[in-house]
Formats: sequence, C-alpha cells, structure tokens
Amino acid sequence: MIQVLIPSQLHAYSGGASRVDAAGASIAEALDDLDRRYPGIRFRIIDEQDRIRPHMRLFVGRTAARDIRVPLADGDELLIFGALSGG
Amino acid sequence: MIELLIGTRKGAWIMADEGARTAWRLEGPLFLGQIVNHFVADPRDPRVRLIAAKTGHLGPTVFRSRDGGATWTEARRPPAFPKSDDEATARAVSHTFWLQAGHASEPHVWWAGASPPGLFVSEDDGETWDSVAGFDEHPMYWQWAPPDSGTPDGPLLNQIVIDPREAAHMYIATSTGGVFESLDRASTWAPLNQGVEANFLPDPYPEYGQDAHYIALAPTAPDRIWQQNHCGVYRLDRPEVRWTRIGKAMPEEIGDIGFTIVPHPRQADTAWVFPMDGTDVWPRTSPGGRPAVYRTCDAGASWRRQDRGFPAEQGWFTVKRQAFCADAAAPLGLYLGATNGEVWASADEGESWRGIARHLPEIYSVAVA
Repeated sequence: MIQVLIPSQLHAYSGGASRVDAAGASIAEALDDLDRRYPGIRFRIIDEQDRIRPHMRLFVGRTAARDIRVPLADGDELLIFGALSGG
Repeated sequence: MIELLIGTRKGAWIMADEGARTAWRLEGPLFLGQIVNHFVADPRDPRVRLIAAKTGHLGPTVFRSRDGGATWTEARRPPAFPKSDDEATARAVSHTFWLQAGHASEPHVWWAGASPPGLFVSEDDGETWDSVAGFDEHPMYWQWAPPDSGTPDGPLLNQIVIDPREAAHMYIATSTGGVFESLDRASTWAPLNQGVEANFLPDPYPEYGQDAHYIALAPTAPDRIWQQNHCGVYRLDRPEVRWTRIGKAMPEEIGDIGFTIVPHPRQADTAWVFPMDGTDVWPRTSPGGRPAVYRTCDAGASWRRQDRGFPAEQGWFTVKRQAFCADAAAPLGLYLGATNGEVWASADEGESWRGIARHLPEIYSVAVA
C-alpha cells in the first residue's frame, strides 16, 4: 500500500483528508486508484497526455518524480504538492 | 427575475435583481479561488448552469448544476484532447474559455472552446465532453492555430456561435486564425476573414491569422454578424463573405479597438462596443481614463458615446470578451464587468450607468440568466 499526501488544493476531492492510502505499482496506477475513489482528482494533477501539470509537484519519498511511470513499492510515500507563487 | 452570472479570476458570484433592475443582491462566492472563465445558464432550461474553471495549480474542469446553482457536480470527463504519441503535437487543454449551449433543437448539447484552440462537444448537459475532430484534427489545424500565437493567457478558440435557424450552421472565433464557418455541424470548417485586418502579420489581409475577439449574430437578423476584432469593429451580412470595417466611423481619438460587442436583441442595426486604448504599447484601458460605451443604431455608419454615470476621469478599467451582455427587457438592460472588479448596469439602453458591485476580483465573464 502507498501512503499519499493530498495537498489542500485537492481536499475538496478527498473529503478533507490530507493522507490517504492508495494501491499501485507506479504513480500512474496509484493515481488511477485515487481517481476511482475521488472521481476527477487525477485530471487536475495530470493532463490528458499523462504529463504532470506545470504547478503540481510529485515526490516519492524525497525524490522528485517527473513522470507518472515512476515505479512504487509497498510502503512508499507519494507526496503531491501544489507549487505556485503569484497573486 | 434577472440574475447576472459573474465569472472572475478568483471564483464566481451571482447578482440577483430584487425588482425593476434598481436593487441587486450579491451572492457568493462559488468556487472561491478557481479561475472562472465562463459561467452561463442554459437558455433552453435556465436551471442548468455550467462553469468553466481551473486554478493556478489544478487542471481545467467544468462544474455543472441542474438546480439553478444550489448544488454542483463536476464533469465526469472534462474537455480534453485525444492522447497522442507524438510529443510535438500532444496538446493538453490549459483552460476551457467558452461554454455554448447547443441549438434549441438539440437539448442537452453543449459546445466548448479552449486554450490551446480546441473545440469540444457534450451531448449530456456537460457531464462528458469529446474533442471535435472536424476542427481539432483538421489538416490545417497547426496553420490556423499556431502554438506561438495568441493572447497573454494562451491561444484561444474563444467563441462558438450557432445560427438559430439551423443547428448545423456554426461559426467559431479564434485568437490565432480569426473566424471560421461550418455548414455541417462542425465536421468541416473554412476561414471567413476577407477584409479583416491583421496588422501584426506581413500580409495584413490574410485568408486566416486574424484575432477575432468577439462575434455576435443579430438575433432578429442572424445573417448579420458583428465582430470586435483585435484590429477594429466589423460587420458582415451573409451571404456576403467580405467584412466591412464599421469601426472607421468611431471618433479617431477613441479608435475601434476593444474586446467585445453586444447586439440589440430586437433591433438588427443596433449594437454596443466598449472601446479600449489600442495605441502605442496597447494599454488596453479605457481611452484617456474615461470609460464609455459607444452605440450604433445604423449598422455601424455612425456611433454615439454613452458615458453618463461612468467616471469622468481617472477610470482605467476595461471589459474582457465575455463580460458585456444584455438582458431581453424593454427598455434593454446592459451589464458589464470590469477588470477592476466592478459591475456596471444600465436599465435604459446604455444612456446611463450605475455601479452595482465593486471590490470583486478581475471579472472575466458576465452572463444574464
């Protein structure tokens, strides 16, 4: 099982939960699992070409992930952040 | 009761007329913090309302209400381009810019325009959307919608207009290629830009490449198309194909640059524009800091200034593409949302104006419900 950190920007989807579990052997699979439980959440993080959106940041543990094909192992932590400055 | 649906850079609001268009109640915000490019009601069933939204972080989506805005759900499949294996041409919707209810004969159908330029259709009141291959996969797409052109917020398919007499007859406006026409319900498209200037291109009168800020059919004479273009105000009376620059009749010190044009719902020769400063570095503010609408009652042969109630000086706002509209009452009511977060209303066909809301975020759209 993967533990996922949900940023405040996506709490409307997760019912306010900031940490949830997900299943999957890659970021893509974990996001698919999240999307089944929280419909619509994936598309707001990942575009239709499977690219991470410009102001979303994904980390597996402390390692930045640039591609949703990055593999995950049981016990990994997937951190999702919204990262944007400006008014 | 008239309601104004207001989309802003930071959420959506509703203004409700409390009677005679003299007292307005501001309700909201809805979706605070979301960038709302368009917030519209379905003229076929005003209980149905759609919002095109994204945030600085999150991708674009569409929110839907079937009960007049009391409750909202998110589109199950928002507008998105098909998956592509070619990285060079793999497009992703940045934001949905325009939502258009389908023809009266096609209940539950909606159309959407997006950035980068994309045309999408829904057959289920906006729950699921599909890319329209007739435009999005057109052999000329990359010439009509080059990725390096467009607005500060990205290149746009900024508008979809449907002939009220014929569902298959459609126009779209783009910031990258100008106006296009389809006679077969979006299956094929052809440019419709003869006589329209593009003074930012080597050939100033190209077949396509213009920046069509806004087009509108005259409701009582839908062969008449009004256009507020990046390079002036135009009119086209079909079946003619060459536009006439009616903005040349505007006062020279005002010019004919702006974002939008509003036709009178009952008088085919009457329309309003809200000019902005398109000189030198393009301030895109009210010319001279003196906001005004200009009205033509003779199809653009002449224009008359209407500024009573607006700031007489030091008023530097402007009005974006979707933020100027009319109701259907008599006398006609006009409404505009400004870049400074103010909403202005006229209940006498533009003769006088009154601020009815202020301190909202930058306004992107105002629509009557």
